[in-house]
Amino acid sequence: MNKAMDRIKNGIITENPTFVQILGMCPTLAVTTSAINGLGMGLSTTVILIMSNLMISALRNVIPNRVRIPAYIVIVASFVTIVDFLLQAFLPELSESLGGYIKLIVVNCIILGRAEAYASKNPVVPSIFDGVGMGLGFTVGLTAIGLVRELIGAGSVFGFAIPGYEPIGIFVKSPGAFIVLAFLIAFLNFRKMKKKKSNTSDTVCRMEDCMHCGNTSCGGKFFDFDGDTDVVGHVGKKEEKKEMEENANE
Amino acid sequence: MTELKKISSSPHVRQEDSTASIMLDVVIALLPASIMGVYNFGISAFLLIVICMASCVASEWAFEYFSKRKITISDFSAVVTGILLALNLPPSLPWWMAVLGSVFAIIVVKQLFGGIGQNFMNPALAARCFLLLSFTMSMTNFTYDAVTTATPLAMLKAGESVDLLRMFMGSTAGTIGETSTAALLIGGAYLLFKRVIDIRIPLSYIGTFGICILIYALASGRGWDWSFVAAHLCGGGLMLGAIFMATDYVTSPITAKGRWIYGVLLGGLTFVLRSPWNSGTAAEGVSYAILCGNLLVPIIERFTAPKCFGKGAVKHE
Repeated sequence: MNKAMDRIKNGIITENPTFVQILGMCPTLAVTTSAINGLGMGLSTTVILIMSNLMISALRNVIPNRVRIPAYIVIVASFVTIVDFLLQAFLPELSESLGGYIKLIVVNCIILGRAEAYASKNPVVPSIFDGVGMGLGFTVGLTAIGLVRELIGAGSVFGFAIPGYEPIGIFVKSPGAFIVLAFLIAFLNFRKMKKKKSNTSDTVCRMEDCMHCGNTSCGGKFFDFDGDTDVVGHVGKKEEKKEMEENANE
Repeated sequence: MTELKKISSSPHVRQEDSTASIMLDVVIALLPASIMGVYNFGISAFLLIVICMASCVASEWAFEYFSKRKITISDFSAVVTGILLALNLPPSLPWWMAVLGSVFAIIVVKQLFGGIGQNFMNPALAARCFLLLSFTMSMTNFTYDAVTTATPLAMLKAGESVDLLRMFMGSTAGTIGETSTAALLIGGAYLLFKRVIDIRIPLSYIGTFGICILIYALASGRGWDWSFVAAHLCGGGLMLGAIFMATDYVTSPITAKGRWIYGVLLGGLTFVLRSPWNSGTAAEGVSYAILCGNLLVPIIERFTAPKCFGKGAVKHE
């Protein structure tokens, strides 16, 4: 069970297909004009991803290595057709607004990527949870982008209009998709960097360069050779300490 | 310890110009067009110019202050962006849209790509297109004397006749800064005199566009219709774009040959985007032409870079 939770966490956070792996950009940019579109697209992909991971993992010892990609495509395409027909029958509105992008899930690189990287090498149960995690990660990404674009660009949340707000139309057009995606990735990277920095705070400057150094108290003065900073003092403290220790040992 | 002097390699050219002095020259050159805009469109135009300038400077200061960078508001580049953006807006635009455009220009287009000298497209034009895509109704609502009227270019497209003298002086509908060709030419002459801009880009841009329009006039059976050509040259944002936007240091080529290519490219693109033969498309194309040109600048520079001394000679066996 622990392994299953690990796969799900990996899909949603550590290797989020939208924000970390930057996979499946075509549906990400094209269908996220509203939160409900993003959610619908994400969940359809999740269902197909789980089913295809299951099938490919079960058949992983039967599929010949040389024709594995066509075999994967056939499996994925079957599930895409099923989901497409189900959507047309039960959710015709969503099916209409997603248009051809449901059919394009066949060539979605997240699905082929997971088949190639995970399902074809791992047993059935972990593969299913891998599909769940990746699918949910994709759903979270698409819904977040859709939510922001719909909120700013159309002035509504899941179709409920906010009164007295003039929408900024560019955000539901294609340039808005790029802007919102870039801002969300930048925001997540910023948080990740902050977390990293607080975890590994060096007390002494590293010798390589300031980029990989966690010592924030130095303020970049260590490599400021032509400046007026007393460079030696910084290294000196460390050496003094060593000397003092050595003296104490003697 | 005594102050360290920086030593550079020869030639030791003494140059008094700084970013601030050049930008100040551009501000002075924009004054005639701004004054004509305020004269034509009244207090609302004046307020828009002030709002754009103030919000550009404020957003530049805020971004640099909160991201702990060097504050660069004293080099006037944000002021120039603000004025240029305001001159590209219709006078009846609500003030908060102007503020939004200024914030987009400075923060998204300029600062997020690294601040002054790093932006890959003209901030003012990018903001104008941002507003045009977002608030199409407000951005294409041109009023003159409090009456909503078609711009001269739209009238030309519809086949109506236009008053050339009024277009030259600027008493027509349009954005704040684009209507008065005379004022823009005065500003351009000042910049050329002070050697802030180079004649190559405006000349090749306007020249190419004029030739394209002349060919179109001949092909469409108008004959040598010089007034049609002149109306197209004076109409829309062509003069404002060719003199002030296409010559932006950051987003135009630095090589002499590249500047000719860039100008010709912009002229052709503007002609295609304006497409006088197709009444269904937008009447204006200067903004998008310059933005497309901006994107091609790195390629132009790559192929027009001068050869180093001693390199590139043909080897004789």
